[in-house]
Amino acid sequence: MTAELLLASLQLSTPEVILALGAMALLMIGVFSGERSATTVTGLAVALLIIAGLMLVMKSPEGIAFGGAFVSDPFARFMKILTLIGSITALVMTVGHARSQQLDRFEFPVLIVLATLGMLLMISANDLLSLYLALELQSLALYVVAAINRDSVRSTEAGLKYFVLGALSSGMLLYGMSLVYGFTGHTNFEQIAAALSAEGRSLGLVFGLVFVLAGLAFKISAVPFHMWTPDVYEGAPTPVTAFFAAAPKVAAMAMLVRIVIDAFEPVVADWQQIIVFISIASMLLGSFAAIGQKNIKRLMAYSSIGHMGYALVGLAAGSMAGVRGVALYMLIYMVMTLGTFACILAMRRREGGNVESIDDLAGLSTTNPFMASVLTVMMFSLAGIPPLAGFFAKYFVFMAAIEADLYALAIIGVLSSVVGAYYYLRLVKVMWFDPATDEFARTPGELKLVFGLAGLFVAGYVLIGGPIGEAAEAAARTFF
Amino acid sequence: MDTVIKAIVFLPLIGFLIAGIGGNTIGAKASEFVTSGFMVIACALSWLVFFQVALGHEELIKVSVMRWMQSGGFDVEWAFRVDTLTAVMFVVVNTVSMLVHVYSIGYMHHDPHRPRFFAYLSLFTFAMLMLITSDNLLQMFFGWEGVGLASYLLIGFWFKKPSANAAAMKAFIVNRVGDFGFALGIFTVFYLFGSVSFETIFATAATYLPAEGAADAAEPVITLFGMHLDKANAITAACLLLFMGAMGKSAQFLLHTWLPDAMEGPTPVSALIHAATMVTAGVFLVARMSPLFELSPDALTVVTIIGAITAFFAATVGLVQNDIKRVIAYSTCSQLGYMFVALGVGAYGAAVFHLFTHAFFKALLFLGAGSVIHAVDGEQDMRYMGGLRTHIPVTFWMMTIGTLALTGVGIPGTVIGFAGFFSKDAIIESAFASHSTVAGFAFTLLVIAALFTSFYSWRLAFMTFFGKPRASSDVMHHVHESPAIMLVPLYILAAGAVLAGFLFHDYFFGHHYVEFWQGALFTGPENEILEEYHHVPLWVKWSPFAAMALGFVTAWFMYIRRPDLPKYLAEQHRGLYQFLLNKWYFDELYDFLFVRPALWLGRVFWKGGDGAIIDGLGPNGIAARVLDVTDRVVRLQTGYLYHYAFAMLLGIAALVTWMMLGSSI
Repeated sequence: MTAELLLASLQLSTPEVILALGAMALLMIGVFSGERSATTVTGLAVALLIIAGLMLVMKSPEGIAFGGAFVSDPFARFMKILTLIGSITALVMTVGHARSQQLDRFEFPVLIVLATLGMLLMISANDLLSLYLALELQSLALYVVAAINRDSVRSTEAGLKYFVLGALSSGMLLYGMSLVYGFTGHTNFEQIAAALSAEGRSLGLVFGLVFVLAGLAFKISAVPFHMWTPDVYEGAPTPVTAFFAAAPKVAAMAMLVRIVIDAFEPVVADWQQIIVFISIASMLLGSFAAIGQKNIKRLMAYSSIGHMGYALVGLAAGSMAGVRGVALYMLIYMVMTLGTFACILAMRRREGGNVESIDDLAGLSTTNPFMASVLTVMMFSLAGIPPLAGFFAKYFVFMAAIEADLYALAIIGVLSSVVGAYYYLRLVKVMWFDPATDEFARTPGELKLVFGLAGLFVAGYVLIGGPIGEAAEAAARTFF
Repeated sequence: MDTVIKAIVFLPLIGFLIAGIGGNTIGAKASEFVTSGFMVIACALSWLVFFQVALGHEELIKVSVMRWMQSGGFDVEWAFRVDTLTAVMFVVVNTVSMLVHVYSIGYMHHDPHRPRFFAYLSLFTFAMLMLITSDNLLQMFFGWEGVGLASYLLIGFWFKKPSANAAAMKAFIVNRVGDFGFALGIFTVFYLFGSVSFETIFATAATYLPAEGAADAAEPVITLFGMHLDKANAITAACLLLFMGAMGKSAQFLLHTWLPDAMEGPTPVSALIHAATMVTAGVFLVARMSPLFELSPDALTVVTIIGAITAFFAATVGLVQNDIKRVIAYSTCSQLGYMFVALGVGAYGAAVFHLFTHAFFKALLFLGAGSVIHAVDGEQDMRYMGGLRTHIPVTFWMMTIGTLALTGVGIPGTVIGFAGFFSKDAIIESAFASHSTVAGFAFTLLVIAALFTSFYSWRLAFMTFFGKPRASSDVMHHVHESPAIMLVPLYILAAGAVLAGFLFHDYFFGHHYVEFWQGALFTGPENEILEEYHHVPLWVKWSPFAAMALGFVTAWFMYIRRPDLPKYLAEQHRGLYQFLLNKWYFDELYDFLFVRPALWLGRVFWKGGDGAIIDGLGPNGIAARVLDVTDRVVRLQTGYLYHYAFAMLLGIAALVTWMMLGSSI
């Protein structure tokens, strides 16, 4: 690789380079200034992420770097910005909780930055190897983050479960990749696609495809690779859960979209069946299992499983409308999730700290009407009730599915969202109609800001949906 | 004139809206004054219209309000058709309504819900005016249903009383049966004539029937209930269906059961709705549709038979009732029977005349009864009254005038008599004079009914006002004459009960018939009853008088001379007495035939159809299955790591198998 090529590659991956170097620097700052530096490091980490985000927003050269391992295109840009917003918000939301949740360690922001770096690389990965490395970078950081509160049994258990199952899924992914490589002779996405269209599919390749998709489905917690989700969501400290539910999902979904649309485009009939299957399974399980939950974080875990199912409906369509639907869905899903988790983080008693039971929300409409209103809007939006953002998210993916003649998928999706509406509305009922038992402590400003903005976005999506839809369309056009 | 008519119709509506919507804001007093004030104006304007249209030279005034609906050939206008018939009804409805409004200010002054009461009264008046001014059958149906609704609301005005609610529902449901027939009748008329507008119907009806022996005489024009009917029979069917509506509204035999129960409502309501106006809507309907009924002798025969039976049946039941209002209610039922007999024999003028006079004296009797009830603290059972003559003399005299008018006191062959004398005797004589096959039957029953009418009316008077007081001394101590605001309406009605017959008999059914009605009532060319009833034998003219006198003497003998006799007779003829006391067991029969099967069927559909099948397999069943599924899914989440890993492996194995099988196909 010549120096010019290297320079050009570095130029294409500037945000990632900055994050990588910045993470090292933050680590040094932390190590040399000791435990007390946690707040400083958090602030610097947020600044670092914002800088990376700004660079993506301001100017984003397009092209292929590092010998085809890395690609920078509008789709990557869209998804990266989403990921960064998710990471920044999650990090901001931890500030108030750092002490009580044992998150006041400088390692935490550094790990978040490293995980985010992994996600950005995942989104831009254009080669099976770079994809795997990026995925592992993200995953290793996340395993540690899940168990960051090492004095808590639940947190460590969550971290361990996540790690073991994550390792299993990595194994599957790697096995699948080796099969794909074996049957096509390539690891680069374009070359795989070229080889497939030239030689046609073979049974071995389908085997590889199944394993690759299984490994990726684990990351977006799609059924039947979802089992870790409820336990990890419940066990991990709430700010960590908020982080898990937002940015990594976006990145993993982007990666999944890229690999199936780019590399496996010639065997669309095969992966479409798999995607349809896991989509239906996720939607149904997410809807049904959430009904039985009493813990709001567990509820959100099943909710996220269901929502991944809905997003996959768009991917199953395999069309540009479908990919645009997925991009929009991930954006709206992330906003709704972060808004909801901001509310969950605000569920803190004056004595006794954080609470997580749904019953603790009883009478919120009288004790904290603002938060109750925002959470109600979030719930209605998650249930997909017009004219809120959640409705449009579902609308676009279902429309894409119908245009692709996937009627059964769309119908099952609509029906399962009816079932899903039950548990979202139950939350609303608890907040507005059940008598209050106790008040929550005063809501910290940053949380109010987050859920206020999220509420505004969700409620006002009708007004701002146009330009957002255009951005998503520009991202989707990358592949077609 | 247009504005006057619009004012008459819409003033009550405005009153209703003000009292109904703003009643609680402006207060009870203001509601009373607004609604009553509007009614006074409407009443004055009604008399103006009456003099202009009925006694003056205006023939027919048509006031268009708006086009109501148009769909294909179905074109309905909202218009007021004011001819003599409507003008007469204007006077009846608005006079009685105005007096009842005023009377209620006194009668209801203890009630906390007066705004609502007056709103309902005005709503009723508006609906009734819509009915009588209608220009087409559909508009009439609107008014018809409107008065039904107001009647329902007012019967159940004291909604905390279960019996009042039951009575309100009964009135509404029984009327449904009649209204169903009425609606079918409207459909049939529309089918036959292509319009629901009276103008078109009447114009077409005159030449509708084909000439005797014409080629298309037997050609079927409509199929009803599987019967292919030619033109003559189709008209009969339409008339009978319309008459079914009239039977329900006017409480005729078989559909009469709701009227006595309707007495659960406040007494002024009984006077207005269930004596003077709404129940006469059936009579009005048949009179209005006289161009159609005249074409069908068969339908008229049915009308006569039903009317005669009702007159007789209700009178027999009235003989033994103890509730003062029920006696008058059965009397109303019976008098409505008289009207239908008059309609049935083609004496439309006599029917409307009786409607007119009856409104005065029956409203007088009801309001008088209200005054009595007011005096004795809400007691309605005549067995606990007696001897009230000296305590409430004004009421006593007013009731006596009402009774004299109802029983038809007068000297036959002269023009001396109370209102009922003219109209009732005209009906009885017409029944005798008519050529109908059932004339003899109707005449006999009507004379017997006249005897009974006299008996129960005087029985009521004697039990209430004469003899020893049977109320507790506590009640007797408080007995007081009603205030002036309740007595003045009685005076006015009493004047009507005395004079209405004498003043108007020549117009309604006498020498001025033609110029008075000006074609509002249609009579066929061979219908000469107007001429013939003057020439009945002398004994016929005297027979109602004899019946009346005999009834009076019997009542006097049984309740003044020998007060122990009624009890003795009742014990001697126990079966007959119970039969009459229980209203010929109609309520029990209907309960067995209709109510219980309907409730049973309802319960089957409710518990079995809706509860078990629709709810059970539908919403509830699905919800329960969802919970079952949830239960199982949640149980899958064991918390054991190896279970999770196993699930992942199972998943991938399933996917791989699926893809392999899929690819081999």
